[in-house]
Amino acid sequence: MTQIELPKYTAKDFATDQEVRWCPGCGDYAILAAVRKVLPDLNHRKENYVFVSGIGCSSRFPYYMGTYGIHGIHGRAPAVATGVKAANPELDVWLVTGDGDGLSIGGNHLMHMLRRNVNIKVLLFNNRIYGLTKGQYSPTSLEGHRTKSTPMGSIDHPIHPISFALGVEATFVARCTDVNKGGLNILGDVLKAAANHRGSAFVEIYQDCNVFNHQAFFYATEKDTARETTVLLEHGKPLVFGANRDKGVRLNSTRLEVVSLDKVKEDDLLFHDETDPALAFLLSRMSHQQGMPEPVGVFHRIHKPCYEDMLTAQMNKAIEQRGEGNLEKLIHSGSTWTVGE
Amino acid sequence: MNTSATAANRQYATETLESAVIRFCGDSGDGMQLTGGEFTTTSAMYGNDVATFPDFPAEIRAPAGTLPGVSGFQVNFASTEIYTPGDKVDVLIAMNPAGLKTNIADLKGGGILIVNEDAFNNNNLKKAGYASNPLEDESLKEFRLFKIPISRLCEESLAETGMGAKAIGRAKNMYTLGIVYWLFDRSLEPTIKHLTNLFAKKKNQPELAELNIKALKAGYYMGETAEMFQSRYVVPKAKLAPGKYRQISGNEATALGLIAGARLANKTLTYAGYPITPASDILHFLSAYKNYHVKTLQMEDEIAAICAAIGASFTGDIAITASSGPGIALKGEGIGLAVMTELPVVIVNVQRGGPSTGLPTKTEQADLLQAVYGRNSECPCIVIAARSPGDCFDAAVEAVRLAVKYMTPVMLLTDGYIANGAEPWLLPQVGAMKPIEIKHATEFNGHSDDADGEGNNVYLPYLRNENLARPWAIPGTPKLEHRVGGLEKAENTGNVSYDPRNHQRMVDLRQAKVEKVAQDIPPTEIQGESSGDALIIGWGGTYGALHAATERLLKHKQKVGTVHLRHINPLPPDLGDIISRFKHIIVPELNKGQLIRIIRDHFLVDAVGINKVQGKPFLVSELVAEIEGIIAR
Ligand SMILES: Cc1ncc(C[n+]2csc(CCOP(=O)(O)OP(=O)(O)O)c2C)c(N)n1
Ligand code: SF4
Repeated sequence: MTQIELPKYTAKDFATDQEVRWCPGCGDYAILAAVRKVLPDLNHRKENYVFVSGIGCSSRFPYYMGTYGIHGIHGRAPAVATGVKAANPELDVWLVTGDGDGLSIGGNHLMHMLRRNVNIKVLLFNNRIYGLTKGQYSPTSLEGHRTKSTPMGSIDHPIHPISFALGVEATFVARCTDVNKGGLNILGDVLKAAANHRGSAFVEIYQDCNVFNHQAFFYATEKDTARETTVLLEHGKPLVFGANRDKGVRLNSTRLEVVSLDKVKEDDLLFHDETDPALAFLLSRMSHQQGMPEPVGVFHRIHKPCYEDMLTAQMNKAIEQRGEGNLEKLIHSGSTWTVGE
Repeated sequence: MNTSATAANRQYATETLESAVIRFCGDSGDGMQLTGGEFTTTSAMYGNDVATFPDFPAEIRAPAGTLPGVSGFQVNFASTEIYTPGDKVDVLIAMNPAGLKTNIADLKGGGILIVNEDAFNNNNLKKAGYASNPLEDESLKEFRLFKIPISRLCEESLAETGMGAKAIGRAKNMYTLGIVYWLFDRSLEPTIKHLTNLFAKKKNQPELAELNIKALKAGYYMGETAEMFQSRYVVPKAKLAPGKYRQISGNEATALGLIAGARLANKTLTYAGYPITPASDILHFLSAYKNYHVKTLQMEDEIAAICAAIGASFTGDIAITASSGPGIALKGEGIGLAVMTELPVVIVNVQRGGPSTGLPTKTEQADLLQAVYGRNSECPCIVIAARSPGDCFDAAVEAVRLAVKYMTPVMLLTDGYIANGAEPWLLPQVGAMKPIEIKHATEFNGHSDDADGEGNNVYLPYLRNENLARPWAIPGTPKLEHRVGGLEKAENTGNVSYDPRNHQRMVDLRQAKVEKVAQDIPPTEIQGESSGDALIIGWGGTYGALHAATERLLKHKQKVGTVHLRHINPLPPDLGDIISRFKHIIVPELNKGQLIRIIRDHFLVDAVGINKVQGKPFLVSELVAEIEGIIAR
């Protein structure tokens, strides 16, 4: 086979002529820019990308990507994307969803897509609110959150997207923020890591809905707080954080605790292990509300066979074992008898 | 039974019959479906025309011996062409009191009744609600009753095999089948072959194959030696069209037709489904045919299934999903997305009794309006229906053909009756099947607004051809990257558009596209008169009953004609003309009147319905009586 040279793409090649219609200041813009920027570095053919989404502000994403795309129906993008991948495993399929789209109406589909390990990159824009329907609380909204539909405060216990993804056996689970003014801008790196993972890759992105839930993640994105409230996960490295890198996270019996590096040696901190799901789950429970830094980066990454590969392999094996079926064979495949003239 | 001749054959008289209807019934654990199926295959291979009606409970194992646990299998076999499993039964085989109780009403006066006497113990009689043993009182005297201790005889004949009591007990259905084979002078060979294949090869239990074959033979010899029956019956071969045949159920024919459609298009078939009675078998059959370039996805629910099919269709596969009423309800929003994105998907609805969970294992035709109208907004789908088990094949091929030709979803309606029923299927000539041509777009097809007029410079995903179908460019094709979705599309460019006039235009176009299918509909065939007193319009699985009823009406010198619709949306273009030639328009349906609404709506005629919703097919006799009643009005 002759190697056809890949065109050199730039971010611009992944734009469309459609006007982007998110509210000015919406975190979605930053994510769109990051994705457009990362794709040229991945060395995949542009025509092989398919962006699939559900419904929500975030789900308008495919219209703004100069690739193939399907803007589906509310919550069902994982199923649509599974169909795309099943039909052609060679494609690079990305899925964009919101916290309502992916975890409320589409929770079931997301669960099964992740569990099957379909090789799809999932970007879950978590703004802890329903944006497109104008500000009702979502499954990730915090308890007590007052919205139009919860004037007295939300009484739902929120879901932790990372815990969910780990619980349903996702093979790659990561988190990052739309922007980071504290110098911890890892969005591009996480996107690349997700793209390079063979299997379902789940990325939760803290996204600011500056109209209905502004500043929900300010603690994690602003210059003066980001380094105090988030901790970067790096495989094989200790969990150190703080503007002065003077704090760490330690495992004390079965619980995680924040310690000062004045008192505790780095060697005694928790060392991140991407392959350990139990550890990843513990990390997924760390929350700002409980005074813990929130981990960003890759929580979990393991290797498992991909659904679409096995699907195709079974088809090919059947062809190999029983011979390629043609119409004549198909029609005569039962026990037949002949009626004479 | 229509006795046409009698002849002596050794010590037994032999009666020659034109046709006979046998029903096997018993507890769901008694193996009646296998027994009936074997009798059917043997008769079909012998050369009879056959039609079957399996009827089983929704529960896998309702309490043994109870009325809800009764499973039945009816087969009509004949030396002439037949179209239904028969209204009344000539021979009833009841394996227990519950079976007798629920089925005896359908046995003809003077009919043969074979019962497993051993099952008529106090316990079973009580469970079936008999105050006294019907075998011992006068209640069955209008029938030719044969009380046979089947369980005991079967046990005795298998005692020396050394097999367990359970296996021996379960073999009594084969013993019974042996008796019936003797009675109708049938060969044991096809069943012996099948049992060997089933137990020895597939389940790797050769000892069970041997046991069942032994039971089968023992039953046959019992008929021969016991001098219980005064005569044997012969149903000679039917004059069927010459050619190669096989037995086929509707669900299997649907699966084969879908694969054939994909093969004719030289495409991979991607099927996404979720188990539901009575559609699951389509998933099972397709899963077994992977070497025909078939991928099957058992999704997490029906919504996921239609959505995965849409994804596969966007990617260029022949995309299929199948379900039954409740599952189709869940698919509604997804079907709307396929209509909007103008992607070909075939949605099979194997209809069952409803609403809600309804009667999962019984048949009904009550999802027609759901198929035609049951989605939000203006959401037209092509709707076609299959008429018989074998016809499911042709209907499925047609569904694939129309879906890709018009780039739109097609709903294919079958029902529990034809899906589970079987008939001899004259194998189609592969050479005569037209290939399905698909040309994916690979080049620019239009100009952007600021084009300089020098050649095409953009891909317009919503530009239309002469059939109003849009082009189908699939991911992986350089330069044709485009987006589809549920938001309204601007004409040609496919960009999101909220423009009011564009919306009107696109709604009109999607409708016009479906109406274009009329050009593919062949002239409507009329059975019987082409003008006269009554036109009977049917659709779907009632074909057999309507055909047989029409034959009888014509014999009665009624001036009737019958058309049976394959295409329901759109309707055949010549239907209005046909309707105008008859005095009465009669629409028999297994629902409260659904096609009739469409007919009245389209043609403004005063059509009359014949409607039945009992989870059972029409009887020929009831159709004839009703239709004659309407004509006489
Ligand atoms: C079947 C269905 N139900 C409800 C809606 C309305 N709806 C559209 S988007 C949305 C929630 C979006 O929230 P989220 O997924 O968090 O995305 P965001 O807009 O915040 O990006 C809802 C309820 C719909 N489009 N379809
Ligand atoms: S409503 Fe919120 S999420 Fe939606 S576009 Fe506006 S800012 Fe973004």
